[in-house]
Amino acid sequence: MKSIITTIACLILSVMSYGQEKFLTKSGHVSFFSHSPIEDIEAENDQVLSIIDTNNGAIAISILMKSFLFEKALMQEHFNENYVESDKYPKATFKGELINFSTLENNAEVTIKGNLTIHGVTKPTVIKAKIKKTEGNISLEGNFPVKVEDFNIEIPSVVVNNIAKTIKVTFNLDHQPYTK
Amino acid sequence: MKKLIILFTILSIGNMMHAQEDLFDILDEETPQTKEYATATFKGTRILNGHSVENRKKGVLEFIISHRFGRVNSGVDELFGLDQSNIRFGFEYGLTDDLMIGVGRSSFEKAYDAFFKYKLLKQGIGKNAFPISVSAFGSVVYRSVDDFEPGNEPSETDRLFYTSQLLLARKFSPAFSLQIMPSFIYRNSVAIQEDPHGIFAVGIGGRVKLTKRISLNGEYHYTVNPLESIDTTNSLAFGIDIETGGHVFQIILSNSITMIEKSFITESTDDFFEGDVHLGFNISRAFQFGKNKKKKLKAIQESNE
Repeated sequence: MKSIITTIACLILSVMSYGQEKFLTKSGHVSFFSHSPIEDIEAENDQVLSIIDTNNGAIAISILMKSFLFEKALMQEHFNENYVESDKYPKATFKGELINFSTLENNAEVTIKGNLTIHGVTKPTVIKAKIKKTEGNISLEGNFPVKVEDFNIEIPSVVVNNIAKTIKVTFNLDHQPYTK
Repeated sequence: MKKLIILFTILSIGNMMHAQEDLFDILDEETPQTKEYATATFKGTRILNGHSVENRKKGVLEFIISHRFGRVNSGVDELFGLDQSNIRFGFEYGLTDDLMIGVGRSSFEKAYDAFFKYKLLKQGIGKNAFPISVSAFGSVVYRSVDDFEPGNEPSETDRLFYTSQLLLARKFSPAFSLQIMPSFIYRNSVAIQEDPHGIFAVGIGGRVKLTKRISLNGEYHYTVNPLESIDTTNSLAFGIDIETGGHVFQIILSNSITMIEKSFITESTDDFFEGDVHLGFNISRAFQFGKNKKKKLKAIQESNE
């Protein structure tokens, strides 16, 4: 009987601690930058959701494509309508793992391995980031290149000189402890 | 006892796995519920001749040049209508995301026009969202051509025409949009007594996307009480939208030769199916003014805090 109670207690405790060992942000920053001889295009999104499970270093990121803001209103419309097709594929997602999460020091470089999904196409991706890890937050900062053609995003020949073939994606995700 | 422990072990393992699977569920739960609206119901601010429910966003200035050539069945002597041409050029500007204004000048009747278009309601996305977009359109036209008989000079107010329209549109799918536009056109002066001053009409327009950047459009206006002094026909147009970056090209076949509402809705005289078709183009170029992005980003950051 005692052992049952102990087991239950352990179980409840483990479930409880589980809930507290997730770190979440709802206002993560992701931007992308395209450099071409004709023009530079930059779009920013300050409403990125990201969650880290500190038990195993699992990370999930969800990016609403329509939340990317461009300087030119028409560019934003074309991005959603013609390039990433936001009605069909509203979100870009990343699901992966922070390698050796538990042994990482503050300000260390972390390798994030996982699957990046944009425009309905999933690609295995490895990203290097700088991690800041304290009691109260976990932040990830870095950038990585995305090849437009890898994600079946077509660039029509008329604007082929306006848009870079490889886009630089920059992220800054400042996670806070998550409690339900 | 053993069984119980095994059960709990399975449960707890299940629980752990469950927790891993759930990361995206948590993100979905935590996603703030914001209202989303249908965008790009049409590519341009015109379906073909008339206005679509689309506005230019705040700070966007659009320069539009529109042409309509003569009738394609006018023979080789007129180079199938290309010798003759009507042109309108206009500057159109988004004061806010919902309100745009514009001015234009047409070669036909040397007419000056000014208009506003305001988004009253926007079609939403998701459950229980509002199903259609509704815009109000109003324009005034000043006919400046001096074609009166001697001694019969019209007063300044006699030269004015007014158009009011409601534009009701729905984007049914990314590829298919439909719009209905009840219209009322008022002319201050008429040619003969029997001509109505106020004319009611109802138009229907739509687009089907052929590719991401090319769509096939159609537009038709039915006039309820047409002018009596001329033998009018209902305006019909078919065309193709081609979008390239900041430009929208529209290639049009229509029985109307003008590009302002009071004219093409109430004064078209050609019969589309007799071959009285005019080839036309609308060409637009958009320019962005102001730093919209920074303000919007700031607003988002403030609401996050």
